Amino acid sequence: MKDDVENREDRVANLKGLGCSRKRVEDARFTQGKGNYVDDIKLDGMIFGDFVRSPYAHARIKSIDASAALEVPGVLAVLTAKDLEPLGLHWMPTLAGDKQMVLADGKVLFQGQEVAFVVAEDRYAAADGIELVEVDYEELPVIVDPFEALKSDVVLREDLVAEDGSLPDGAHGPRKHANHIFTWEAGDKDPTEEVIANAEVVAEESMYYHRTHPCPLETCGCVASMDKVNGKLTLWGTFQAPHAIRTVVSLISGIEEHNIRVISPDIGGGFGNKVGAYPGYVCSVVASIVTGKPVKWIEDRMDNLMTTAFARDYWMTGKISATKEGKITGLHCHVTADHGGFDACADPTKFPAGFMNICTGSYDIPTAYLAVDGVYTNKAPGGVSYRCSFRVTEAVYFIERMIEVLAIELNMDAAELRRVNFIRKEQFPYTAALGWEYDSGDYHTAWEKALKAVDYEGLRAEQAQRIADFKAGKTRSLMGIGLSFFTEIVGAGPVKNCDILGLGMFDSCEIRIHPTGSAIARLGTISQGQGHATTFAQILASEIGLPADSITIEEGDTDTAPYGLGTYGSRSTPVAGAATAMAGRKIRAKAQMIAAYLLEVHDNDVEFDVDRFVVKGAPERFKTMKEIAFAAYNQAIPGIEPGLEAVSYYDPPNMTYPFGAYVCVMDIDVDTGVTDIRRFYALDDCGTRINPMIIEGQVHGGLTEALAVAMGQEIAYDDMGNVKTGTLMDFFLPTAWEVPNYETDYTVTPSPHHPIGAKGVGESPHVGGVPAFSNAVHDAFRAFGLRHTNMPHDHWRIWRTAHELGLHA
Amino acid sequence: MIPAAFEYHRPKDLDGVLSLLTEHGDEARVMAGGHSLIPMMKLRMADVPHLIDLQDVAGLTGISHSDNTIRLGAMVTQHDIIGDAKLAERAPILREAALQIADPQVRYMGTVGGNVANGDPGNDMPGLMQCLDAVFTLVGPEGTRDVPARDFYEAAYMTAREDDEVLTAVTIPVPRGGYAYEKQKRKIGDYATAAAAVQIVKDGGTCTAASIAMTNLSDTPVYSDAAGAALIGTSLDDAARAAAVAAMLGDIDPTEDNRGPVAFKIHVAGVILNRAIERAWARA
Repeated sequence: MKDDVENREDRVANLKGLGCSRKRVEDARFTQGKGNYVDDIKLDGMIFGDFVRSPYAHARIKSIDASAALEVPGVLAVLTAKDLEPLGLHWMPTLAGDKQMVLADGKVLFQGQEVAFVVAEDRYAAADGIELVEVDYEELPVIVDPFEALKSDVVLREDLVAEDGSLPDGAHGPRKHANHIFTWEAGDKDPTEEVIANAEVVAEESMYYHRTHPCPLETCGCVASMDKVNGKLTLWGTFQAPHAIRTVVSLISGIEEHNIRVISPDIGGGFGNKVGAYPGYVCSVVASIVTGKPVKWIEDRMDNLMTTAFARDYWMTGKISATKEGKITGLHCHVTADHGGFDACADPTKFPAGFMNICTGSYDIPTAYLAVDGVYTNKAPGGVSYRCSFRVTEAVYFIERMIEVLAIELNMDAAELRRVNFIRKEQFPYTAALGWEYDSGDYHTAWEKALKAVDYEGLRAEQAQRIADFKAGKTRSLMGIGLSFFTEIVGAGPVKNCDILGLGMFDSCEIRIHPTGSAIARLGTISQGQGHATTFAQILASEIGLPADSITIEEGDTDTAPYGLGTYGSRSTPVAGAATAMAGRKIRAKAQMIAAYLLEVHDNDVEFDVDRFVVKGAPERFKTMKEIAFAAYNQAIPGIEPGLEAVSYYDPPNMTYPFGAYVCVMDIDVDTGVTDIRRFYALDDCGTRINPMIIEGQVHGGLTEALAVAMGQEIAYDDMGNVKTGTLMDFFLPTAWEVPNYETDYTVTPSPHHPIGAKGVGESPHVGGVPAFSNAVHDAFRAFGLRHTNMPHDHWRIWRTAHELGLHA
Repeated sequence: MIPAAFEYHRPKDLDGVLSLLTEHGDEARVMAGGHSLIPMMKLRMADVPHLIDLQDVAGLTGISHSDNTIRLGAMVTQHDIIGDAKLAERAPILREAALQIADPQVRYMGTVGGNVANGDPGNDMPGLMQCLDAVFTLVGPEGTRDVPARDFYEAAYMTAREDDEVLTAVTIPVPRGGYAYEKQKRKIGDYATAAAAVQIVKDGGTCTAASIAMTNLSDTPVYSDAAGAALIGTSLDDAARAAAVAAMLGDIDPTEDNRGPVAFKIHVAGVILNRAIERAWARA
């Protein structure tokens, strides 16, 4: 087989490897409605399950009467906690070391909590059955405020109080109150407080990062099918971590792990919502075991918004100290974290507040201290990383707001304050005061490029004129310039400090090269729209010299894919991407031996060149990878096994630290609170860029979710614990109409420890975008005395800010 | 999000509709585009054992023009309104308003009749029709009667229509002068935080007629006679507009919801009306 492409440049282009804006191979099916999502799975005899949910946020359950429901034609069974208890499945472990009711065991702790599971021949019968299950509730006092929870006599979790009234330690140490979950600390308390007490300038601020929800277009769901003949359970579901789900199902059900096959088919967005294990999965499995039939459970939109995995809900108080010249000397942060009725955060085990200790941000802050108190309330459980690494949006929002407040305190330009305090290029690898070792960065270069691109000085001049015009009564519009510089911490993570339920957070890739020179690679991750089938093939193409178009990427089937911890926290490229490159290098190492044999030279006398091995000094003597692949299957080569396969499990030595510089320019109608984002510039540095087109798409998507969160999206509760934003009428999901034009840009600072230098990008724009939008709102009102106002910045809250500043007089 | 079981009826003519309504009484509801009723049924907030789909009923579609009036069949969609060139010329406020309702997909289905008949205070067409002094034609077992839009709305979802009547057409006098439909909303597809419909006639530099109605600021649309009156005979200077706004604020009664508290809505209602008046005046 002779290659017809000989020019080296053409050979590189033919691979569509690293740096190529290769079109997404997934899109052919997605754009034609040919995707295969969980709800597309239809099995013979499949039945349906759905939940009776609590209308109350806190109530004791006195009785459940399912007799009328069971009279509905098509209703087969109604499961309650009493049915699950003999199996030990009425409660399940959470990823955060807590446990959660699968079905209400004597009481409910949040509105929408799962009370009973109605199993029926079709969805319609299930819905009718749900209406007829009679639950007798006794309402209990509702607590939706975590500060009140820590003072209240009302105990939300009686199961966590000993009979003598004492409080056993939780999964993360001692608890201070019956409604307290943990205290988690990082850094040096006393030195930090001393630095702040003696500082020349101190800025203090409290801020609430409101509760919101990832809201993927596809809600959560599963199909459980127990084959009673061979004892095998197959579970299709919207899982961001299929292998972890398999292990969890095995541990809680007692079914041996080899008898469980978990399959994540196409997933319509996850954003953290699909990391955890939900009662619907457990109930579907039980229902399938009981009935012997496949059972499907699919959330509707209200179920999804109200019950599965919220995000954020952090009350953050900060103190930041500096010299008069603006050099930051210390940072103190306390968080009261509202976890809802169960602690179901999806964080690495040792990090109950995720990586909140990245809150020193992109700045060289010598002394810092962080304490986080987790609290139970009568809200839905969750606390997932919504398009971010674990709690990193909270951390970055905190520091980027504190920087702005300090700039006000110092009467200093906020861009200049950042410039003065950035970690300098030569300081990397940089160990931050709260413990993380930043791998690489060049913040000053990125910042200057961003400020130049938007003509920062020009914008400030325009803003000054606008303020003058406003004061003169010539306009009712103000202009805000929102700055944000973020450092993400992604790629969890090194097994030595990152695990979930004891499972090390490595990831994996297994490659098989076929005789004719094409390949299949399987990974432990699962794409939910990120385009893994496109980008991982590109990594491999560059590593093994076969065209990306000849490489199939497969994920999500635990019977075929190697074990991995899944896709969230921007970990796929940093961890599984690294495993892919390393597995590719194993292929290449064997290929080198085969090539040397075929060319009749010593192994060390051939070298890799794009898509072939060439005899050193004799470029006309070569074997292409395609030829080598065939030889691997048809030649008896002394000392070399037939075949060409490799597997790599990659335990990353460190996290990766992508960063970026964002600028948002916003006009605000002071009289109505309506905002117009007229410019958004986003510079991202994600290290080596695998597919620039996909990066740009990721940035657009992440910024749009940042726009949502900053400008209107929230899960709001009333005092009775009722969800006020349970539909897309009130829960803000931006459409093309609301989204501004985005300008994207980049610098490239490779990760020194990643095999190809890539850092991950999917979540950066969300992490950096939220403070950029929010700071724009704040900046517009800075000249009129605003220090801080909480998100979301919807019309009425902006109007209220203007009103309180006296701008409507 | 699955409605309770219901019988689906699809009669071919109005007599068929009326006989179904007579037979099933308050167990039956007619459906035009379904964009208000179906979500309520899915949430099981509306219990409709007999759903009567109007889409095959003859005589309910079409926009017809006479010298002094325009008649919109109840099944005319928002999309039809946007696309009708003659309507855009004779009553441009209809197109301006329809373009601010929901999104294109909803506008393909959503109808004028459904929008005005349901009595949802969030709908845009009721206030607009009050501004235009429209007349709604109701057909029932007792025959046909006309009810002015300004007398039609009693409370949220409560109207002058009897359970056994069908709203078949909306007729408006051809509007005169300048117009504006000004709406503030949080996002595409949202109901108004506040919206104002304004028609103004200018003669020389003086306002000789003005009609003003507000949307989603009470449990019904609000036609503010006093606001219009405050403009007549003036040159629409700051004082006149302020007087109109003050008069309008006396007629609305907003409630707090996720769009914001009452004080905010009152403030925005004033701002929106002032802008609508200015825009209508500039076009008059």
